[in-house]
This record gives sequence, C-alpha cells and structure tokens, in this order.
Amino acid sequence: MSPGRVTIVDYGAGNLRSVQNALARLAVPHEVTSDPEEVRRADTVVFPGVGEASSAMAVLARTGLGEAIRGAWQAGRRLIGICLGCQVILDRSEEGGTPCLGLVPGVVRRFTRTPGLKVPHMGWNTVRFADHPALRGVPPGTSFYFVHSYYPVPADARATAGTTEHGVEFASCITSGSLIAFQFHLEKSGPAGLALLGACLAWDA
Amino acid sequence: MLQKRLVVCLDVREGRTTKGVKFRDNVDVGDPVAMARFCYEQGADELVFYDITASAERRPIMIDVVRRVGEAIFIPFSVGGGIASVEDMRTVLLAGAEKVSVNSPAVRSPRLIAEGAGLFGSQCVVLGMDALADRAMPSGYRVVIDGGRTPTDLDALAWAHEAERLGAGEIVLNSIDADGTRQGYELRLTRMVSQAVGIPVVASGGAGTPDHLVDVLREGAADAALVASMVHFGTYRISDIKRRLHEAGIPVRIS
Repeated sequence: MSPGRVTIVDYGAGNLRSVQNALARLAVPHEVTSDPEEVRRADTVVFPGVGEASSAMAVLARTGLGEAIRGAWQAGRRLIGICLGCQVILDRSEEGGTPCLGLVPGVVRRFTRTPGLKVPHMGWNTVRFADHPALRGVPPGTSFYFVHSYYPVPADARATAGTTEHGVEFASCITSGSLIAFQFHLEKSGPAGLALLGACLAWDA
Repeated sequence: MLQKRLVVCLDVREGRTTKGVKFRDNVDVGDPVAMARFCYEQGADELVFYDITASAERRPIMIDVVRRVGEAIFIPFSVGGGIASVEDMRTVLLAGAEKVSVNSPAVRSPRLIAEGAGLFGSQCVVLGMDALADRAMPSGYRVVIDGGRTPTDLDALAWAHEAERLGAGEIVLNSIDADGTRQGYELRLTRMVSQAVGIPVVASGGAGTPDHLVDVLREGAADAALVASMVHFGTYRISDIKRRLHEAGIPVRIS
C-alpha cells in the first residue's frame, strides 16, 4: 500500500530535519506543516518531537494541531508517533503535570532515579514486539536508539505493542487502530530504524 | 537492557576531518561526510564532531558539514567546539545534530547549560569536560579549559555534579593525561564521575586497543566509550571493536 500524502507535524518540538532526512532516504515524498488543515488532508501523519511535554501540548492546543491530529486518527488515517509523539497521545504526563491528547488511555511517568540507573535513558536498547502487521519484519534482538526521561504507561495492555527494559519494563511501542507510536527514534536507529519506518508507511492501517 | 555505546569522534577543521594528538600536530584524515558514512556503515553507535577552528567566520562551514552529515547517516551525532551561546546551539541543532557539547564557555558561564536545557531539553546538552590529575583538588582532578591550556579552580567531580544540577543530559569526560597516549582510558577518574552522577558519562582519552574499551565500560563504569585515532588510521575496524566488546560480555549493538 502507498503511504499516500505524508505530512510531518511541525509544532515547535525539536527539529524535524532528521525525520525528513529519513523519509528522503526512503524516497517517500512528504511535506512539513504547522497548518491543521494540511494535517486533516494527510493520508499519513508523522508526529515526531523531542522536548518538554507541557510546552508541546500548549502549542498543540493553541494552534489546533492537536485536534487535527485527533481528527485524522479518528478518521482512520495512519498516525506515526515518535518519541514525544509517543507520549502526548496518552491522557496526561507527569512532566509538568500536563493533560495530553488522550487518544490512548494511560499516563506518562518519569524514570525513578536509582543507583546505577542513568536518566535520560540514552542509547541503544532492544524491544520485545507483540504481533502486529507493521512489526513483523523486525528481526528479534534488533536495537533502536532511545533518548528520554519519561516513559508511556498505557492503561490497557492491548495498546502495548513493544516493551523495553530500563530499570522498569515500559511500553516502547503503542498501537491503537491506525495509530502506531514509538518511544525510540526510528529516524536515528540505523538501517533497522529506516526499515521499520518503511514498514509503517507500507502498513495497511 | 541498555547497551554500551561506541562513540567515534571526528575533529573538523575548515570543513575537513583531523585528529589531534595531545591537541597538537593535527593530521588530515579526510572528508567529514565520507568519514561519517564509513563509521555509520561500520556500526558506530554515535558520532561526535569537534569543530577545532570554531571561529564565528568559519561557523557556516561547520553548519554545512552538519547538514550534509545528517543526510548521510541515521544515527545520533553531536557537535562541540565553539558553542558559546544558545544561538550557537540552536543553529547546530536545526542543522540536524541531536546534541551540542559545551566545554570552556560553560565553565565561564555555567548558565549556558541551564539555558540550553530549558530551551532544547537536557537530552540536547552535553557537558564536555577536560580533567587533569591534580592532588591539590578534592577529587584528585582539576578541570582545564581552552583545549587543555588553561587550568581552572574547578574540581572535576564538583563540576560534574554542578553540570547535572544545571540540566546537562550527558558528560563527555576527557582525561588530558591519557589523551593521545593510546595507553588506555583513565579508569579511576571515569569510574568516580560515572558512579557519582545520574546522567550518562562518555569516557574519552587514551583508547589504543579494544581491550581499553572493555576496561572503561566495565571497571570504569562508563556508559559509552569515545574513540578517535584507533579507528581513523585503520588500526582497528569499528566492527572488530564491537565484536570484541560483545565477546567480553559487554552489552553492545551488533548490526
């Protein structure tokens, strides 16, 4: 299946160049927008982001991009979340006590600092994936690049499509309908990350 | 389980990669984009570019390098050298780097760390620290700046704690004593700092053989090990170093 019209949401949360570079490498035409109307017209919405949850949510609310993302997802358009885009889809985040988009029931928690456990969780780690059409091509034991201090905790275990260990076992991949979101950076995880991004774009959501 | 990272450092001067030995006598070893692609394909986990010239007039050359590197490789990379303001940080991050590394300017103006972390997130702000053994200091190590030329009054361990408190997301800890010797990392320094802070510590300075990395990632308790000349001159292949780490029981990404 073709990814159709691919739109990267620009809501001021970090730079989007690495996601653009990854899509360019996959030869996938795409646009970057901060216009909610453009998001509504997209067949595939890529929702990346790094940074702080409360300022990100403030922008999403003020610009109407949050509602546009929700609308696109409710209409069954493919929604690919990355990093912060895997957190603000939940109900709320401990980071700044922030109410989030609530597309998936659950919360975002901070890693508890304990001796020997470094925060941010920064570096390459493995993911234990559940069975999902977009995830079947990932070889077992593949590592992906993470950098985050907060992690998603979906309320419903069925939303968890991948788990990773860092002091706790947390949901590093979340799916719900046409949504698939990754706590790790597909665009910075080498050939394996590019392959998985390609699989998500080919997924018949 | 989080894996230990192999970080490859490329020094850049006038848009070309070099490697300094004891910060002097730089040898040109090539084009930064070609070098980055080579390291990426060999399985490096992360790259660091140090802009040695780092003057305001030369900055656009480095930004162009950053932009082209970002198009060529799909692993994280950071840029250090001459980052002295949040505007410098913004320019480098928008060009495609994941992180910026601040060293001497952060000593002179520690709020640079806090401002950068506030604007771009702690994960983007790396403290680069050069430490020199000095018995007069409480931890036994003194912070030196300006590429090792200027001693400061800062204790290395105290500065690491302060940088973490200010919001640094990572520390690249370079031993001036070990740098360029290829005799192994400064294990005592690395272990002391890495066990004292809650953020990742990248060991730097002194790598000469793959077993030096085994030592610093195990005994030195480092989260990552930085290498430069041992791979630049083809003495070791990155893939061979990763294999050695794996065989030694160190968790690493094998691609």
